[in-house]
Parts: sequence; structure tokens; C-alpha cells
Amino acid sequence: MEVFGLYNYWIVIVLMMTGFYVVISRGNLIKKIVGLNIFQTSMFILYISMGKVRGGTAPIIVEGLACPEGAVCYSNPLPHVLILTAIVVGVATTALGLALIVRIKEAYGTVEEDEIQSQEVET
Amino acid sequence: MSPPDAILLSLAIPLAGAALIALAHRRPNLREAVTLVTSGLMFLTVASLVPEVMAGGRPEATLIEMLPGLPLRFEVEPLGMMFGLLASGLWIVTSVYSIGYMRANDEAHQTRYYVCFAVALASTIGVAFAGNMMTLFVFYEALTLSTYPLVAHKGTDEAMRGGRTYLGLLLFTSIGLQLLGILWTWRIAGTLDFTVGGILAGKASGPVVGILLLLYVYGIGKAALMPFHRWLPAAMVAPTPVSALLHAVAVVKVGVFTVMKVVVYIFGIDLLAATGHGVWLTYIAAATLLSASLVALTQDNLKARLAYSTISQLAYVVLGAALANPWGVIGGSMHIAMHAMGKITLFFCAGAIYTATHKTEVSQMTGLGRIMPFTFGAFLIGSLSIIGLPPLGGAWGKWYLMLGAAEGEQLIMIAVLMISSLLNVAYLIPIVARGFFLPSPEPQPASAGAAAAPRGGIREAPMFCVVPLCLTALGCLALFFFADPIYRLLEPIAAP
Amino acid sequence: MIAAHLPALQIVLPLAAAPLCLLLRRGTLAWALALAASWAALVCAALLLRQVLISGPISYELGSWAAPWGIEYRVDAVNGFVLLIVAAVGAVILPYARTSVAHELPEEQHATFYTAFLLCLTGLLGVTITGDAFNLFVFLEISSLSSYVLIALGRDRRALTAAFQYLVMGTIGATFIVIGVGLLYMATGTLNMMDLAERLPPLAGNRTVLVAFAFLTVGTGLKLALFPLHFWLPNAYAYAPSVVTGFLAATATKVSVYVLLRFFFTVFGVGYSFEVLSVGKLLIPLAAIAILVCSTVAIFQNDVKRMLAYSSIAQIGYMIMGIGFATTTGLTAGILHLFNHAMMKGGLFLALGCVFLRVGSVRLEALHGLGKRMPLTMFSFVLGGLSLVGVPLTVGFISKWYLVQAALERDDWILAVVVLVGSLLALVYVWRVVEAAYFKPAPEGAAKVEEAPLSMLIPTWVLIGASIYFGIDTSLTVGVARQAAAQLIGGAS
Repeated sequence: MEVFGLYNYWIVIVLMMTGFYVVISRGNLIKKIVGLNIFQTSMFILYISMGKVRGGTAPIIVEGLACPEGAVCYSNPLPHVLILTAIVVGVATTALGLALIVRIKEAYGTVEEDEIQSQEVET
Repeated sequence: MSPPDAILLSLAIPLAGAALIALAHRRPNLREAVTLVTSGLMFLTVASLVPEVMAGGRPEATLIEMLPGLPLRFEVEPLGMMFGLLASGLWIVTSVYSIGYMRANDEAHQTRYYVCFAVALASTIGVAFAGNMMTLFVFYEALTLSTYPLVAHKGTDEAMRGGRTYLGLLLFTSIGLQLLGILWTWRIAGTLDFTVGGILAGKASGPVVGILLLLYVYGIGKAALMPFHRWLPAAMVAPTPVSALLHAVAVVKVGVFTVMKVVVYIFGIDLLAATGHGVWLTYIAAATLLSASLVALTQDNLKARLAYSTISQLAYVVLGAALANPWGVIGGSMHIAMHAMGKITLFFCAGAIYTATHKTEVSQMTGLGRIMPFTFGAFLIGSLSIIGLPPLGGAWGKWYLMLGAAEGEQLIMIAVLMISSLLNVAYLIPIVARGFFLPSPEPQPASAGAAAAPRGGIREAPMFCVVPLCLTALGCLALFFFADPIYRLLEPIAAP
Repeated sequence: MIAAHLPALQIVLPLAAAPLCLLLRRGTLAWALALAASWAALVCAALLLRQVLISGPISYELGSWAAPWGIEYRVDAVNGFVLLIVAAVGAVILPYARTSVAHELPEEQHATFYTAFLLCLTGLLGVTITGDAFNLFVFLEISSLSSYVLIALGRDRRALTAAFQYLVMGTIGATFIVIGVGLLYMATGTLNMMDLAERLPPLAGNRTVLVAFAFLTVGTGLKLALFPLHFWLPNAYAYAPSVVTGFLAATATKVSVYVLLRFFFTVFGVGYSFEVLSVGKLLIPLAAIAILVCSTVAIFQNDVKRMLAYSSIAQIGYMIMGIGFATTTGLTAGILHLFNHAMMKGGLFLALGCVFLRVGSVRLEALHGLGKRMPLTMFSFVLGGLSLVGVPLTVGFISKWYLVQAALERDDWILAVVVLVGSLLALVYVWRVVEAAYFKPAPEGAAKVEEAPLSMLIPTWVLIGASIYFGIDTSLTVGVARQAAAQLIGGAS
């Protein structure tokens, strides 16, 4: 049962491999960026999963909420904060990648990797 | 001037000279004057060290601590003293000769030529005075690099190919083999200082000594032991003064000088004699010695013939070192000086012949002796010195080598030396004979020099070329009579 | 007062200057500001290193949040040295940038260029100075994102595809690193490197830690172009603007090598990395292959910039080999080469930038006869090339001396020979350029070429001069490298 109990980690792995596969196998630059995003998302989920404490609430200080002895009632906020940063970085990467694709489209007239390569070979 | 200052000055003078030559590039007369003054000053500075060294002193100077425990350090000992004196003295003569040759042949890039020459001489002195193997290696490489532009001077495809072979082989051997040997020595011995009696004694034994010796003798590509000799004939594309000074004196002698230094001060002759590794080295040297002489016989191009002759003569020095006894070491060291004087004369003659008649092949030189009597006379003297006949300097080197071979009970080596002398006769004397005794052919219209020469008249190369070659020929003679000071100078290295 | 905040200033100065550059809009003003910021960063770095060498590691709590909860900046001999390298290269290259950028980029992009440049500098300095594993990732991304921009500014359209390729590879690498850091956090509950170093040894058998190690190694390997993860590098270097190539070649990969050092030696500890996992057995063969293969590939390049790019991968091999030995001598060699290679390769790329300015191409045919027409530029190239070969009296020789020494200490003859063979291969590709520049005649009817302007020549010669000077007087570099190596081998201190 333990194997299935860790299902969110399974999702992480599936997403990671999917994203990785897309990046490697697709020749379309936009699809590569999509793959990259899926790949990064897997990492976000990894961080979120590790911060979650079963039974814990959101880590907000509320008047009158007292934890029983020896129990933990907050999720760990640190990984969640960290992942906010990582998401920002991911967004920036995506934006830059897309901007580059626009420029590539202007310069080559295509966003397919093999067509770009064949144009280079010709010149 | 204190001795340490003199050491550093003798390095600084040619370098400063190089800078001045570069600055004077628009005014050829000034530039050449700078070259001459520099070479004169350098010789005087080097010579000022002689009394101290003769008296048993070992003046030293440290430039900078390059790596922990490995400073750039100079120490003048007898072998280096002799070599430094030789190189700086012959530079003066060569400078004069260069002026005549380069102008008469109207070569391009003359400033680059003189600058590189001065830098090469500074490197040679650096090698001669090096106080440890690291310093020696530094200047050894500097010499390779500074002479490359001289070899590839003409910039033609042939010159470029020659230059590539030159640089490739020399750097391959030095970085690939010699540096490895040095690093290994440093690891075993913990020092690289040249020490009387060797630094490896008691620290290395058996096969390690053998492998190290292999790394050194082949790593010192400038000693031109076969099969790493190809660079020397390739370097003959250079203008003749370069071949004369660098490839008869500075570069190749740096090679054998380094071998000598390594054998005497890194291994120590006792270690070599005790482990018996000298013996196979004598065979390698003997093989190079004989086969290079045989190849020389087949060469029609005069400079190529002289180049192979040089390879063979260099092997004498290696042989002397490999014999690993005092006589061998002294004989080898003396041969450095004797051969330098003789071979530079021969190269000067080759250049003079080229300048006057534009002939490069031996077979074309029929009858030239009567047109150029001084040149061919000097050629004869140089040849006899190389062959080793008294009363010429070359005799002493071979004499002590024979003594060394006898001392080491290597009778085969005595035979090798004899056969080699005969081979020397066979490839050198016919050139002179052809020049003096065969009738000169009808002047060919194609050859401008010969056509312009009146039959029977004397038509020598420019004075700037002829005077130096006469001087070095006289030098060969003088060395026979003044061998004693050299012997006394060298004595301490063999019998510590 | 200010001295106490040096570690923060090191980062804050260039970071604050970056957006200001964008606001200034005018290229010249932006350049002046960037120049001031980079020199200020250099002063900070020099003062920090001095302080470290005198009184030991410096710890600085950012915003006064106590470590391990807050972010700690920590400077010791290792990263103090790397900081100095990065800041020095930045400060030397900026004066050069003005003419070169004015020539290669359109006017309206100048302010953007300096903004991206300063951000890249900030990122690299940040990666080096931080003592927090996650903060390292953030800075790494700052430097990476700005370097994608910088590369894409190249005039050739292939610069775009090169930047895109680098973006994909770089992002995968960075994500790997962040996964590794996350796994470490799961296992230990801390992100502070010092804390990690304390808590990891008892977990030696833990599988999470093992996976984290693998992710970090591969991720950093991508960033530093470790063979065979180097495919992004040749194109990126070849098509980026000259200044960018010079800057990245001298700093970016070096910082990544530092990251590798930090994780292997400080965080995981030498015992775990090299004895339990024996990662050396992986690194050393890869390094050897990189040296041989990439040097050989470099020989066949006709674009000189590309040639040097391949040579860079080979040179990274030397550093990795030194690290892989995991001995004091080996590490000394690796760290020394970090500095030495930054000097010589930076100088070489800057010299090429001068050529590009005057000739408009860096293909081998374009260099014919340049030895006479641009004597100072080409001579600096020759000296840098000789250093690459490892001729005595250049820094390359010093690195190789220590590296071969380290190989011999292990009685590893093959590796000693590999290093020397690498030198000879370098000789071949360097000499192709020398022959073209000095012994081939200039093409008929070629336009008259002047020597590059002083504003570009001086920075070039500063780097090349350094690569000669530190080949003769090695007391500073060898001293620092040894101290750094001893510190890394000694453990977390």
C-alpha cells in the first residue's frame, strides 16, 4: 500500500518523464517550451508534496488554535515559499523562450527545428 | 660588475637589444649597428665571468621563485661557461655574416629576423647558465619558439612545412617526453637543482633510471637522436646564417648540452655507470652516428649534407655522455666546442657559395674552388676539423672520446669512431676536391652568377660574408693549440 | 561599518545598477554606470579575499536573519578566489565593451545590453558567495536567463537558435539542481550548506541523498559543459557578441565548476563523494575524453571562435580531472586552472573581438596576413595561444605542472600522458591560427585594416598580461589555490 500512498511522487515522476520526453522528441520549438513547462511543474509538485504535513492546516497564525502536545498542525511553509520563487523563475524562462521563438520565426520563417537546420545547411 | 649581475646582464643585454632592434626597424644601418653592439657587449659580459669560474667559483643568481621550491635560478658551472662563451662569441661573427648575407640576398622581414635572433641568443645563454632543470626547460622552450620564425622565415609553402616539422617535433618531444621526465624527477628527488654527483643517486634504481634516461634523451629533441632527427634537415629551409649559428651551434648544442647536464648533474655518471644503463645509450648513439653519416653521403644538397653530418656529430656528444666516465664526459663536452667552430665554418661557406653563385647542390659546385679560393680553403679547414685531423681543434674531442671508450672497455665504440671518421672524409672531402680539381664547366647562361664571372677570375661573396668564415676557420686552428684552458675549465665536472 | 557589509554590497551594487541602466536609456550613460558598478564589485571582491586570507572565513547573515533560517553569505578561500576572478574579468571587460558593443549592436539595444550584463554579473557573483543551496539556484537562474539574452543579441541569426538551445539545456540543468536541493531538504530539513554538511554524514546510506547527489551532479554538469553534456556550448560561444563570449568563457563555466566543488567537497563531503560513491571514477574518464576529443574537434574548426569554444570544453576537462583526483595537489591544479583559464581564454576571445571589429569575420581565411596589419592584437593572440598549449612562463604551464604532478602521485601514467597530449593538440589548433596570421599573405585587394583601438587593446592585454605574469610569479595564485584545496579536502570548515 505504501507504494500507492506515495502517489504524488509517482505523479512527479510521470510528469517529469513526460516533459523530458517532449523536450527531446519534439522538433517544434513551441512544443519544446511546453515540454519544459511540464518538466518544471513536476518539480513544483515535488516541493509542495514535501511541505505538506498530513492533518496540518495552512501555516497561518490564528488566535486560539492550540496544537495538542507532540502533534504538528501546520504544514511546512518553507518549501511552499521556495516554490513560489521557482515558479517565478519558470515564468521568466517561458517568457524568454517564447520571445526567442518569435525572433526565430522572424529570422527563419519557421519554428520547426529540422527546417531551421536545413536552412542553415543550405547557407 | 659582480658575477650575479653579470649573469643577469648577459640575459638582459640581448633582450634589450631585441627591443632596440625592433624600434630601429625603419633604419637598417642603425638596426644592424645595434645588433653588433649588443653581441659585442654580451660577449664581454659573459667573458667577465671566466676568471671566477676558472678559479673554482660558481656564481649564481636567482630571478624569481616560480613555483614553491622551483625558482628561476642561474648558476654558472664550467660546462655552461664554455657553452655560453662559445655561443656569444660566435654570435658576433654570425651577426657580421648575417649583414652580408641578408643584404646580398635581399631577404624580406629583416627586422623580425634580427629580433628573433637576439631572443634566441638570450634563450641560449639562459640554458647555458641554468641552475636547475626547470630553468633550463623554460629557456629550452623559449629557444624553440623564438627560432621558429627564423626557420619559417621565407613564408613559402616549403618553409612553412619545414617550420611545422621543426616546431612539431621539438615541442612534441619536449612536452610529451622531457616534461614528463622532469616531473617524474621532481617527484622522486624533490629537487631539480643541478648538483654535482647527480640528484637521482640513491633515490632511483633499476628500470626507473632506464625509463627516465629514455624520457630525457629522446625528450631532448634538439640533440637529434634518431628517430627524432627529422627537424634538423627540415630546418635547413632557413636562411644560411640561421642554419649556421642556430643549427650548428645554438639549438643543436643546447640539445647535447642539456643531455650532458642531465647525465652529469641529474643522474650523475656514477649512477649511470653503476646501473649499466649508459651502455644501451652508447648503442643508440652509435647507430645514429653511423646511419646519419651514411645518409649524408647520399645528399646532394650541400646544406642537407651538412645537416646530416651535424646529426652524426651530435651523437658523438651523446656517446661521450653515455660512456659515463670522466674521459667520455670531457671528450663530449669538448666536442661541443670543436664541432661548433668547424660546422659554423662549413655553413658560412655554404651560404657564401649561395650568395655568390646561387648554387645549392654539391654536383653544381665543380670548379668553384678556383673562383672562390678563400671560401673553399676555409671549407677544407672546417672539414678537416670535423674529421678530426691535427692540427685542428676537432682532433681533441675525438681523442678524449676514444680514451673514454677505452676506459669503459667498449672497443666497439672505438671502431665506430674510426669508421665514422672515414665516413666524414667520404662525404666532406669530395666537395673540396670537386671545387679545386675538377675543371669548371662552360658557364651556363641560366645561372646569372656564373655567367657574369670572368673565367679564371676570383669572384668571392661580399666581404661581410668572407671575413667571418675565415675567422672561424682560423678559430678551428687556434682551438687545437689552446685546448688546454678548455680542458682545465672542464676538469672539475668530470672529477668532482 | 561598510566593511562589515561587504558580502551584501558585493551583490547589491551590480544588482541595483542593472535596472538603473535600463532607465538611463542612453548607451553611454548606461555603460558608465555599469563600469562603475563592476569596478565597485571588484573592490569588494578584493577586500573580501584579503580579509579571508588574513582572518579566515566570513559569514554574513542577510537581513540579519540568523542562519540556518535566513540566507547566509559565506566567503572562504575557495569562493573568495572565484569571486575575485569573476569580478576582475567583469571589470576588465567593461571598458572593452563600449567600442565593441557600439560596433556589433544597434544603438537602442545598448542600455538593455548593459542591464543584462550586470544581471549576469550579479548572478554569477551571487552563486559564488551564497551559503544557501536554494539561493544558489535563484542566482544561477538570474545569471542563466541574462546570459540567454546576451547570447541572443549576436548579429548572426544563428545566435537565436544557439540561445534557444542553451535555454532548453540550461533550464533542464537548473531544474535538476533544484530537484537535488529539494531532495536534500527532504532528507535533512535544512538548506544552509554548513548545516547540510553537518547533517549529511549520518545519512550516508540514505537513498534520497543518493538521488539528490545524482541530480546535482548531472545538473551542474550541464551548466559547466562537462563532456558529453556540452552540446550547447560551441554554438552559444560562436554566435554571441564578442564581449559576451569573452565574459562567459572566462566566468560562467568557472562558476559552475565552483558549484560542483562546493557540493562535492563541502556539502556532501569528500568522504561521501569520492570514497562511498567514488564519483572520481566517473569524472576522470569523462575529463580525459573531453580533453582528447574536444581538442581534436577544435583542430578541424575553421571559425576561430568555435575553435576556442571547443578548446574551452577541453580545458574544462583539465579542471574536472583535477577535481576528480580529490587530492590536495589535484584540487590545487583544478582551482589554479580555473583562474588561469579565465585569464587566457578571456584574453583570447577579446583578441578575436578586436579582429572582428576590424575585419568583420573571425574565420581562418579572414585572418591571413593579420600579423602585420594588427600586430598588437595578433601578438596577444599568440601569447594566449601559447598559454593554452602550456609553454613555460605562461599560466597554462603552471596548471599542467600541478595536474601532471597530481596524476603522477597516483602513479597514473596514462592520465599524465593524456594531459600532455592535450597540450600538443592545443599546439596544433593554435598554430593553424599563427600560420594564417603571420605566414600567409593578405588576400589581394583586401581593405586596409588598422590596429584595434586602445580601449579594446588595453583590456585584452591586461588579461593576456595576467596570463603571463601569473605564469612567472605564482605566489598569489598557487598560494590561494593551495589554501582553498586544503580547506576543501579538510572538510566543511
